[in-house]
Amino acid sequence: MNSATNSLEPEIASNFDAEKIRADFPILKLKIDGKPLVYLDNAASSQMPQQVIDRLVRYQTTQHANINRAVHYLSEVATMEYHNARCKLQQFVNAREDREVIFTSGTTDSINLVMHGYGRKFIKAGDEIILTTLEHHSNIVPWQMLANEKGAKIRVVPVNGKGELEVNEYEKLFNERTKFVGLIHVSNALGTINPIKHMIDFAHQHGVPVLIDGAQAAPHIVIDVQALDCDFYAFSAHKLCGPTGVGILYGKAALLESMQPFKGGGDMIASVTFEETLYNTIPHKFEAGTPPIAAAIGFGAAIDYLTAIGIEPIAAYELSLLNYATECLNDIPGLTIIGTAEEKTAVLSFTLDGIHPHDIGTILNQDGIAIRTGHHCAQPVMQRFNVPATSRASFAFYNKKTEVDALVSGIKNVQKVFL
Amino acid sequence: MHTNSLYQEVILDHNRKPRNYGKLDHANHQAVGHNPLCGDRLDITLQLENDQITDIAFQGESCAICKASASMMTAAVKGKSRLDAETLIHEFRELATGKLDTTHPHHLGRLTVFSGIRDLPTRVKCAILPWHTLHAALNSVASTSTEANHDSAHAVSSKS
Ligand SMILES: Cc1ncc(COP(=O)(O)O)c(C=O)c1O
Repeated sequence: MNSATNSLEPEIASNFDAEKIRADFPILKLKIDGKPLVYLDNAASSQMPQQVIDRLVRYQTTQHANINRAVHYLSEVATMEYHNARCKLQQFVNAREDREVIFTSGTTDSINLVMHGYGRKFIKAGDEIILTTLEHHSNIVPWQMLANEKGAKIRVVPVNGKGELEVNEYEKLFNERTKFVGLIHVSNALGTINPIKHMIDFAHQHGVPVLIDGAQAAPHIVIDVQALDCDFYAFSAHKLCGPTGVGILYGKAALLESMQPFKGGGDMIASVTFEETLYNTIPHKFEAGTPPIAAAIGFGAAIDYLTAIGIEPIAAYELSLLNYATECLNDIPGLTIIGTAEEKTAVLSFTLDGIHPHDIGTILNQDGIAIRTGHHCAQPVMQRFNVPATSRASFAFYNKKTEVDALVSGIKNVQKVFL
Repeated sequence: MHTNSLYQEVILDHNRKPRNYGKLDHANHQAVGHNPLCGDRLDITLQLENDQITDIAFQGESCAICKASASMMTAAVKGKSRLDAETLIHEFRELATGKLDTTHPHHLGRLTVFSGIRDLPTRVKCAILPWHTLHAALNSVASTSTEANHDSAHAVSSKS
């Protein structure tokens, strides 16, 4: 898939009308301290186009009620729109059935659902869970909590100097105690795209289920959960031009059915007496309480917006931005790019000799440039590369080359301040 | 506020040539300060004799704001009594969080170059970390953090 994207790149990238797309995003017109906003923190959260904002307004002004509960008009409309949003997500990841898509509050919530629903039921003392050095804390901490509770063990896949997973080492970690694999699709700290298809197949040869953290992949790579054959796939709306507070967990129906619920409450039950509760069918079993209805519908609208442009053209355009930015940053003396994998999304993590990332971030902010500085919730990655923190510029399809130029002159200005 | 007014020459100078940088061999008080939000770490060693700070040093991995704050702090408290140091700690914290009324008498002197930090909430902790750590050292607390509560999840993640 990536090589196909690469070969399409020159043609699509030149046809891509970033100016027209930018007009959809009202926030991009903002001025920060009199300077035009240059928003390069898209890996943390992306911005919302007017189409999605309008959808939220339409829902809230003409369609809102609680779902699944009442027979009145608004409740029926809201229930239907919420269901439509689920179906849009189903298509987006190419799930076999809509009930395999569970709305959660985001990637973190999705992973915790799997830890509680699957992990606490099936993982026992002495079992081993494989994670990678590239994981975001949200795919580390829940498994550590489980391992501590159960007396299970976490094994970690190392990365090489370019920030690529050492797949040979991954394969060597498998044994009869291996019971689960948690794998980040795209590294938020470095942008590395991992060879997850191969890694999933390998785990399945050992009968081990695999959870993919797709928070950084879904905005940039076409996801086909059937082709990948992953057991779980998680991501958040707010990195896909949607609202905060919602995300999904895709899970294979049979697995979801075998799992215990994560949260107890309304909507997740079939019947309740004080003696016992019968749980509802999936996906409802995992959606206790009133869900983020408006946000889920906004998520659906964001998916419509992105698929109308096309994830592949988006990826090709972003790759052209990445290549340009990599070239420009490599020309800056004293700058080191961390994460130089062959397959990358448009993320540039870097350090500047003698200058702390937080000072870089604060001074760039003065020019209206928004980047992320720190450990990016991926401290094991920082430890691997022996840095306490990095500065990270992450690009979206609404960024343009002149913004890369602004970043470059901003970085040179930082160096001047500290000369 | 304009950030230029924060990265003033005084701060840049202390960042370039930090005063009292290193570790005292003969320290009788010390503490390590952490800012878990950014991974910064600061060691403070000091010699306290008859309630007077006769010598002090710091070292660590940190941003310019934190380093300059530590450098200027060590210069300011060296030779001072424990009580005077605690007064400065209190006043500096008030200054950094925008609570100090600078029109009233205070003892901060040139340390007021950090007043601009109050407009950058994400950076306030960088400036405060050295003071926090000094307070811990003076009170014989070996390790401190800008995020006071260490819950068990912290413990879990720091174990492996
Ligand atoms: C790779 C990765 N996983 C998980 C998360 C957590 O996502 P959320 O905070 O939306 O739950 C993020 C976002 O920061 C991420 O980049």
